[in-house]
Amino acid sequence: MRGLASSLLVLVAVAAAGGVAARETVGKTAPAYAPPPETSKFVAAPGVEAAQRYCLTCHSADYVSTQPPHMPAAFWQNEVTKMRNAYGATIPDDAAKAITDYLVATYTEPTRGGR
Amino acid sequence: MATNLSDRRSVLTGAAALLAAGAARGQAVTLPFGNGERPIKTYPEKRPMLVLTERPPQLETPFEVFDHGAFTPNDAFFVRYHLAGTPPRGLDAATHRLKVLGAVETPLDLSLADLRRDFPAVELAAVNECSGNGRGFSSPRVAGGQLGEGMMGNALWRGVTVRALLDRAGVKASAHAVEFNGADRPQMASVADFVKGLGVDHARNGEVMIAYEMNGAPLPLLNGYPLRLIVPGYYGTYWVKHLTDLTVLEQESQSYWMQKAYRIPDNDCACVPAGTAASATRPIGKLNVRSFITNLSDGQTAKASARALVRGVAFDGGSGISGVELSSDGGKTWTPASLGQDHGKYSFREWSAHVPLEHGEHLLVARAKSKAGDVQPLTANWNPSAYMRNVADPVRVVAA
Repeated sequence: MRGLASSLLVLVAVAAAGGVAARETVGKTAPAYAPPPETSKFVAAPGVEAAQRYCLTCHSADYVSTQPPHMPAAFWQNEVTKMRNAYGATIPDDAAKAITDYLVATYTEPTRGGR
Repeated sequence: MATNLSDRRSVLTGAAALLAAGAARGQAVTLPFGNGERPIKTYPEKRPMLVLTERPPQLETPFEVFDHGAFTPNDAFFVRYHLAGTPPRGLDAATHRLKVLGAVETPLDLSLADLRRDFPAVELAAVNECSGNGRGFSSPRVAGGQLGEGMMGNALWRGVTVRALLDRAGVKASAHAVEFNGADRPQMASVADFVKGLGVDHARNGEVMIAYEMNGAPLPLLNGYPLRLIVPGYYGTYWVKHLTDLTVLEQESQSYWMQKAYRIPDNDCACVPAGTAASATRPIGKLNVRSFITNLSDGQTAKASARALVRGVAFDGGSGISGVELSSDGGKTWTPASLGQDHGKYSFREWSAHVPLEHGEHLLVARAKSKAGDVQPLTANWNPSAYMRNVADPVRVVAA
């Protein structure tokens, strides 16, 4: 009886150590990261170069194409201002105007998945 | 595809059944609001998910997942990032360090092995919900990530309490707040690093924790590997991923992400008249009470029955769910639902009810009540960032 109890204790200890070892092993694995390639693109229209140059520094084009349709021009003006003043995007004045004009002209109508 | 609010979730759920096949064929799902088309793609450690944005990666859980139990599988758990260079690369649990700095007697610099060996392990079930979950349904609509309703999940988190770390370091009497920073960094010096703050009493309440496991496995990279802050009952913005630093401050956090972003109207409803600005704001905090019907979707045809099963999940900011009521007549009359197993006051609580669904159209509405006495509103509150949405939305089904 005593012998059995000792054996059981050893078994439990081994199991516990095994559990810790397994966890440590799993925990040490640095996961590889290979996301799907970025495919969203700005709609080709006058001003798209400025949008590509500045907006894409921080986010993919789908952040724009998924915004609500039918928003007034002030919506896009506010967004460009927010990106510059709040989020710290370094966009020169002339490029900011070109981007705003491009967004108002291009993304007021529904994008219909045009990404 | 522009559909109106009465068609909410219908297109999503109908297509969700085909998600796996859709991913293989490069298909998309259309959320039921303007510009709601979302590609379905498979990211590392994830099943096919709705892609809100590719960079930073923002992935939404297919809604049907929530009908399969109180816990959200790691490979289906939503992903939300702010900065472009995310997730950070080269993270390794074997070499990762967690530091406790600032107004403490003894700064700490710990490995994951130290955390596991030197501090008691705690486990807690808690819902992580994005502050803007459901923003796409806001009326009028607002700028920001146009989320459906899949930016939430419930998991069993295992790790150590922040209190244990702070007690080991010895917080100075002058301490006021704790800042939390992760390994993600902005692309440019002009962009604010993603840092969040909690009051020092909140941080050491014994529930705020640092998780190294999620549902019994190491955290997926996209959910914060190898360490993530868990702030039970609080919106996901506080749940800093890839955690590297706790800094005890003698004043409140001055982080952009506390002082300028993630702020709500400073009133009881955290709401303002639609289309107006808030005169005063405060940082977002606890989760609003909320429930969802998970086994029936809007626009669906159901089998006519004198006793039709309707089920779903409910949660709140940590008082616990006291009850869920179901209406099959658009909110005129209500039937109490049965609550499922209690996994703790921060967890999803499953619920189910039987209602008669005679031939014809029915407006199903689920409404949860928290133990704190809060009840979901029947009309949506509005705020400029569409945070904290929790309206009891009707789900239209046709019984045949």
